[in-house]
Amino acid sequence: MMNQEASTVLSVQNLTVLVDNTPLIKNISFSIGGGEIFALVGESGSGKSLTSLAIMRLLPEALRVTSGSILLEQQDLFQLPEFKMQKIRGKKIAMIFQEPMTSLNPVMKVGEQVAEVLRVHLKLNRSQARNKVISLFEEVGIPEAKERYEWYPHQLSGGQKQRVMIAMALACEPDVLIADEPTTALDVTIQAQVLQLLKDIRDKRGLSILFITHDMGVVNEMADQVAVMKEGEIVEQAEKQAFFSKPRHPYTQKLLQDAIPSNHFKPAVESKTLLQLTDLKVHFPIKKGLFQRTVGYVKAVDGVTLEIKKGQTLALVGESGSGKSTIGQAILKLVDSTSGSVNFSNLSEQTQNTIDLTQLSEKQMKPFRKKVQVIFQDPFSALNPRMTIDEIIREGMVSLQVGSGKKEDQDQRIEELLDQVGLLPEHKKRYPHEFSGGQRQRIGIARALAVEPELIICDEPTSALDVTVRAQVLNLLEDLQQKYQLSFLFITHDLSIIPAIAHQVAVMKEGKIVEQGTVEQIMHFPKHDYTKALLNSAPKLFKERLEVAG
Amino acid sequence: MSFVWLWTDILVWTLVLVLIGAVRSIRRSEQIRKQWFYILKSPIAMSAAIVLSFYLLFALLDSVHFQYTPSKQGEATEQTVSSANNQGVLSLLDVILQHLRDKTERTYSAPFATHEYSTSLSYDESGAVTQVYRPLKFGGQHWTGSHTILDDVMVKTAIPFLFSCIFIAFIFTIHLGWGFVKTRGNYIDYYANQPDPKDELPWGAAYFTLFLLVFLFSWFYYLSHFYHVLGTDKVGQDVLYQAVKSIRTGVLIGLLTTLVMLPLALILGISAGYFKGWVDDVIQYVYTTLNSIPGVLLIAAAVLMMQVIITNNSDWFGSTEERADLRLLFLIFILGLTSWTGLCRLLRAETLKISQVEYVTAAKSFGLSPFRIIQKHITPNLMHLVLIALVLDFSGLVLAEAVLSYVGVGVDPTTASWGNMINQARLEMAREPMVWWSLFSAFAFMFTLVLAANLFSDRVQTVLDPRRNN
Repeated sequence: MMNQEASTVLSVQNLTVLVDNTPLIKNISFSIGGGEIFALVGESGSGKSLTSLAIMRLLPEALRVTSGSILLEQQDLFQLPEFKMQKIRGKKIAMIFQEPMTSLNPVMKVGEQVAEVLRVHLKLNRSQARNKVISLFEEVGIPEAKERYEWYPHQLSGGQKQRVMIAMALACEPDVLIADEPTTALDVTIQAQVLQLLKDIRDKRGLSILFITHDMGVVNEMADQVAVMKEGEIVEQAEKQAFFSKPRHPYTQKLLQDAIPSNHFKPAVESKTLLQLTDLKVHFPIKKGLFQRTVGYVKAVDGVTLEIKKGQTLALVGESGSGKSTIGQAILKLVDSTSGSVNFSNLSEQTQNTIDLTQLSEKQMKPFRKKVQVIFQDPFSALNPRMTIDEIIREGMVSLQVGSGKKEDQDQRIEELLDQVGLLPEHKKRYPHEFSGGQRQRIGIARALAVEPELIICDEPTSALDVTVRAQVLNLLEDLQQKYQLSFLFITHDLSIIPAIAHQVAVMKEGKIVEQGTVEQIMHFPKHDYTKALLNSAPKLFKERLEVAG
Repeated sequence: MSFVWLWTDILVWTLVLVLIGAVRSIRRSEQIRKQWFYILKSPIAMSAAIVLSFYLLFALLDSVHFQYTPSKQGEATEQTVSSANNQGVLSLLDVILQHLRDKTERTYSAPFATHEYSTSLSYDESGAVTQVYRPLKFGGQHWTGSHTILDDVMVKTAIPFLFSCIFIAFIFTIHLGWGFVKTRGNYIDYYANQPDPKDELPWGAAYFTLFLLVFLFSWFYYLSHFYHVLGTDKVGQDVLYQAVKSIRTGVLIGLLTTLVMLPLALILGISAGYFKGWVDDVIQYVYTTLNSIPGVLLIAAAVLMMQVIITNNSDWFGSTEERADLRLLFLIFILGLTSWTGLCRLLRAETLKISQVEYVTAAKSFGLSPFRIIQKHITPNLMHLVLIALVLDFSGLVLAEAVLSYVGVGVDPTTASWGNMINQARLEMAREPMVWWSLFSAFAFMFTLVLAANLFSDRVQTVLDPRRNN
């Protein structure tokens, strides 16, 4: 067993982790060679992060390692006393996390935070450490490294924070870097840059990287070796090429199928306009001083013109902070629009009148509230934890007086709705915390459907979900569209799901629409530089697929 | 005999009704029931809850007042001593402890003493003057001297002990019988098939605490017929009686102040957090200003002002009890008005957070009115904060009463309260030999209450705090 390839840096053998006799990690083994990027893929709860914590010996106390060993250059980490392990952490194995916001101490200068690591582990003095930090910052691509040394975390952008984290991890020149979903919280363009940086560092330093992710696109981009985890077991492990061309395990096949975007676009069918935004502006005042004088405006939405057709989906793409969610809220009149109009066409009536929603008072708006509904991103905060499912769904029906007012009829309708979104009638007396993320998202959809809307604003409804669940929810939305001729305004940052859902695409940047058109136009013949940049930063997996379609 | 409802009585019984309502709603909602189950699953919390309900029981017994109409001419012959004490407004507790009210001595006597604590001059028949420890009028007068007082007490312990055993056995039988009815006779099957014995409440600890309390109080009660168990004070009043009467003052201040504070904190905190804008500004200015005035100063100023009003308008009050009660009520109001800011600030911050959460947005998109949103979505999600704050504040308020009475701006001097007892003890401690039992009794009674409240609130906080899972 000891006589493995000389190049193996880290190897995990027969690792099993239990909590209260329930196995969370079941007898997994893998090894990472020098300069290799090993991707550990799996959905949430599959045990991939636990594996990395086990390697660092940082498992929570309730969890016990019952068998197996972890060898770092032939040294069994489980046999080491804690004080030696502390030297290994940081010096030999370093780690970067998903959330750069919470991984940095907000009251310490970023440079100092990295310098501290150097002083503790390498015993450098103050000025040596400072110089080393600045050179590290330059290596990870932080501009004006000398000035940034003095900055506090909140002054940096998300991507820069992640770079600082990487610099900190690299500070003591470790042999192995564990990257736990390092790009999940970042925008696509930033993600591409960070991934490139990690690759460059690997090439330059010959570092081994254990890359933990749920995103097949990222795996395709980064990995040399891939292992897929499911419920604490490694179900498949292969070279990247073999993995993507010939997945063997059914779970892997399903995962890949759900992750790779569909390559046929929806036909653009002529249809009547349901909602027309004209030169919509939403400006938030910036107030300062003792008397709260307005000193300027944040132009969240700055002159947007859009059209949503009956029975079709408009995908609104943009990075965080581009104002795409604000448009949704302005349509719902949850924020006041500064100028412009939101014209809703009453297609159901014979007269076909058009009404500007921005001009309505809250009372006049009420009849339109049942026509426009909303589904949210985070399935955990979208449902009131103190209400049962039937109370949640009933609320809209009562408030907007949809359907019969009798409780029995409403109960029946709730059961119908639950059935429609793939849940069981007996779920209605339960509380939200008893459901998984995907199920909660279905409840959110049922709640919106309860008032029989014509337009549903979907605000990143799938970005918090696992790939397989995401595919199910998208299918559900698709079916509902077919059945009820629903229109969707689909707000997303994820390009890969657009072909599967959208008829039209609009790309948004800094409050303005930079480009819009049919899915085919945007995906194949982008005109604006920003759209091109966005498409370029998309994972290769996605781009290849697009080209096949083209 | 006719009932007299003092203002604080009305408030405390209203609170009891509210509590009963709350218990009923807890029984309805499975989620909250589970939380309370977890709270009571800790043996310490269970014991603390029983101690607290014991105190509450005494406070309630002391909150049923009635006027004793002077007894008819013919019957008043043998009640020469007690008739003087039976004038005025009495509570149920006074009636139970009637013998303690009647047996007042001349001056200080130590616990279980048979003679007074200090000597006094005595003239014998020949006219000689001697310093003697006079025998007490009531305390220990049954004692013949054939055995020591300790032996006598030990022998007399048997009756309360037997009583407590029978009482606990009685409660246990009822408990078993209730379980029998609940499981419809399949009692043994039901408990044999109980999936996890850990899912049971800690009844062992509960019965132990209950036994201890029942034994302690019945022991005190029984022995108080023969001795002054906790001694007597300067004017010969029984200290046990004072300490027990003080329970009402302490518990009421702890409970009713929250009743005053809660609506203020809830309404203002939620409005500030939900409506933002100028509403928020005004409310924030108010509580920042209020917070920057030292609390004791404000309370002292208000109480002194009220004293002036009371002395100038003595014809407003029918009796001294009413006057003392109004002063207690006023103190409660003042404490409530100065202590809402902390909770208000907390609720404002939490409301700001919750009103950004997506389920509130969803409710808005259903066109729900702000009032409905606050009622259905915001308030229920704040209740854990309110509950934690209330139980944490309770012990603080009990202590605050003691401090204020000690300073002299607390409850009326005629109202029995631990603060007043401690205030008196200030001089007694300086005597030689020291009179320690007043301070000790006040301390022991207050300590038990505050400790129980703190232990309970600690558990409530651990269970209800949403951050504990992180």
